[in-house]
Amino acid sequence: MSEPLLSARGLAIAFGGVRAADGVDLDVAEGEILAIIGPNGAGKTTFINMTTGYLRPQAGRILFGGEDITGLAPRAIVRRGIARSFQIPQLFAEQTVIENVALKVAARRGFWRAFTPLLDHTTASEAMRLLEQVGLAQLATARATELNEGARKLTDVAMAMALEPRLLLMDEPTSGVASAEKFAVMDTLVGALRARRTTAVFVEHDMEVVERYADRVAVWSQGKILVAGPPREVLADPAVLREVIGVETAHAGA
Amino acid sequence: MALLLLLAVLDGLAYAAQVFMVAVGLTLIFGVLRVLNVAHGSFFAIGGYVAASLGAAIAAAGFSSALALPALLLASAIVGALLGPLIERLILARIYDKEQVLQLLVTFALFMILEDVQKLIWGVQPIFQDAPVRSLGQVAVGDIVYTVYQLYLLPGVALAVLVGLMWFLRRTLTGRVIVAVTEDREAATALGIDADRVYLFTFTFGVALAALGGALASPTTSLVPGIGVNMIVLSFAVVATAGLGQIEGAALTALLIGLGRSVAVYFAPEFEVVIPYLIMVAVLLVRPHGLFGRPQLRRV
Amino acid sequence: MMPRATIVALLGTVGILAAAALAPWLKFVLTVALAKGLAVMGILLLLRAGQVSFGHALYLSIGAYTVAFLRPAVPDLLVLLPLAAAVALGVGLVIGLFVARYRDIFFGMLNLAFSMVFHSLLEKLYAITKGTDGIRVFRPTVAGFALERLPYEWAVLGLALLLALGLGWLAARFLVSPLGQALVAIKTRETRLEFAGVSARRVLLVAYAASAALGGLAGALLACTTLHVTPHLAYWTQSGELVFIAILGGGGSILGPYLGSVVYELVRVYAAAALPDAWQMVLGAVLLGIILFASRGLWGLYEDLVMRGWRRA
Ligand SMILES: Nc1ncnc2c1ncn2[C@@H]1O[C@H](COP(=O)(O)OP(=O)(O)O)[C@@H](O)[C@H]1O
Ligand SMILES: [Mg+2]
Repeated sequence: MSEPLLSARGLAIAFGGVRAADGVDLDVAEGEILAIIGPNGAGKTTFINMTTGYLRPQAGRILFGGEDITGLAPRAIVRRGIARSFQIPQLFAEQTVIENVALKVAARRGFWRAFTPLLDHTTASEAMRLLEQVGLAQLATARATELNEGARKLTDVAMAMALEPRLLLMDEPTSGVASAEKFAVMDTLVGALRARRTTAVFVEHDMEVVERYADRVAVWSQGKILVAGPPREVLADPAVLREVIGVETAHAGA
Repeated sequence: MALLLLLAVLDGLAYAAQVFMVAVGLTLIFGVLRVLNVAHGSFFAIGGYVAASLGAAIAAAGFSSALALPALLLASAIVGALLGPLIERLILARIYDKEQVLQLLVTFALFMILEDVQKLIWGVQPIFQDAPVRSLGQVAVGDIVYTVYQLYLLPGVALAVLVGLMWFLRRTLTGRVIVAVTEDREAATALGIDADRVYLFTFTFGVALAALGGALASPTTSLVPGIGVNMIVLSFAVVATAGLGQIEGAALTALLIGLGRSVAVYFAPEFEVVIPYLIMVAVLLVRPHGLFGRPQLRRV
Repeated sequence: MMPRATIVALLGTVGILAAAALAPWLKFVLTVALAKGLAVMGILLLLRAGQVSFGHALYLSIGAYTVAFLRPAVPDLLVLLPLAAAVALGVGLVIGLFVARYRDIFFGMLNLAFSMVFHSLLEKLYAITKGTDGIRVFRPTVAGFALERLPYEWAVLGLALLLALGLGWLAARFLVSPLGQALVAIKTRETRLEFAGVSARRVLLVAYAASAALGGLAGALLACTTLHVTPHLAYWTQSGELVFIAILGGGGSILGPYLGSVVYELVRVYAAAALPDAWQMVLGAVLLGIILFASRGLWGLYEDLVMRGWRRA
């Protein structure tokens, strides 16, 4: 097998007494779509934060395309081709959905234009295409503040995709999205990722979504990876069922 | 040369004392209210004018000039008690949840208003009332004859304010509440602290301190329109150089800037106004959060 | 939206020319208003990013003094104006490198500090600046022609109008460009801009430099209108005036600054003379009122009226 696109070795970080990462080793292959599951507080978001430069690991290394990116600033990491969406997205509140996405398109395609509109033909149509991929085309001219949680998250995903990253990290992209729409959104989203051969990692609580769209799933528990492997096997593992999915369903029921 | 330097140091000390009292109120108010009060320099000016008027009234009534000194304190108390609650309750209370830029604009509007209030009440001719200085006489420092007022009283009061403030913030309940709100507003209000009262108290206290600075300065300088704006920019320079919210830091920085300025007065008078800002810019270039400040967390 | 603004701008142009023709004393007032409108447009750019400068009189005075200093060597208005803008742009870039690192309070106050320093230098360095006496500016030539007073005044007014229209058009385009939109993003969520790989500091620097150049140009026009420059142009009250006009006009349209400054100058002609010692107080009170009760300014009021009119029709 060729060298993994992303490779984490021995990542560790603790907040006070809480070990959010406790020796995490994880490889993500080029073109792969990996799901991360695990109970709340397991350290899933923390992993994404460390990979994107929002947190500096206290130990361990992160390699991206063979280069050590541990502790680089978020801006430097974005430039190397890693984009993310957030568990709690923060959009540009005074602008419309399409302007939000277009700003990211422009950030990639040439930002330093002072006298041609942000929403010129190419930028606008590209932003629109991205919004279609997450099923938000009809909300393009809504203000960012008018969106519900699901739409905010998907806007955030479209904004991350606008950077055309090699690796896309999504933190619970479909939470808040109505279950009736989840699969339709994931169909087009994952379709677009695969068409572009974008490598992706997404945190997910819905096991059906994981099973349908992930090539591989990694199970997080208390700052460690419990198991990782193909969804069908992992989700059938009794230990996983007990440790994680039991917790998940109990949690979902609560 | 040495004589000039000594004179510069003495002037600098006296000047630093005044600046400190304004700056410390500014930084205290900012710490608690999160509003940088652009009108703060006006309280300094108004404190000075009220003190001068009181002094003139005392003289006109033929009372002993020994009353001149307590009158300075009285002036500061009057300004604090009148303007503090009025402005905090009537205006600032409306803007705590607004954008920073609007808060700044509101205090700037207040500043515009208060600058003209001074002109309307006290006119534009210089006012000079030095009874408090004369009442204390002079002393010799080496070859220099210097006023007791500027040599001992001004720095003494500033020091007393600093020590008293530290004691107050560390040892009294109200003081600790103020510190708690400064450090973590959400947590403090979650603990059931009555934020309204803390805001009102802190603002009034800060106004009184600025007015005290002005009252103490009034016998040593002519009061003219524009002293308020000079003071707000200067005390902002002190606060920014020290780091927002730093109290002891503000004292040290006031000293640094006060001395720098008075050295300039004697050796390069054209640059008197420039020196404090040169110091500020130099410090901020090296330490963007000031000498004693800590970086604030950025929103993600 | 956009065409409507163009129509209003053209109507305004006609109105200004007509007023200046009918009442000659208005020519001076309107030229001053247009010049200040240019500077206020710069303030508006910064306000888009949520930043307010209490020191832009610095650039007014730099522009004005550039004209005063260079007039003996460079006699023509059409050369003096771009030179003044260029000098202000240069200073703005240098100071901008420093102040663009800061936001909110620091941004506002550092600008105030710089302008106060410059003001005091203008007053104290008498040998160079003639102190508070100021410097008299001899009427420059216009495109090589030495004009009499009346045609000269018309020329300056016309030039101010052309600049207001042309630069207003450019600024309106700027506001919808990626850079202009990034300014709004700085106001709401600056770190997200950073994390997309865009330097917020550099975006703000561009706006700041542009606002400095606009301020310089405005100051140069003022100097060519009043033909006398004094340190008062750098005083904080002038900066306050620019901020005041920006808020009065409203940030919703690039026409706001001009609407604001024309109304402001017309009122000032009467009111400032009637209450010389209370003028700042009136401004402060009106500013408070606008911020607390009508935060979209005059342009906002105008829009509300028009909208209501349309709905009724
Ligand atoms: N910046 C932080 N400061 C303090 N504690 C944190 C921080 N980030 C995460 N934690 C803690 O680390 C643990 C893991 O958090 P997180 O990665 O968000 O979990 P998950 O995304 O799996 O739900 C939690 O206990 C959380 O409270
Ligand atoms: Mg999480």
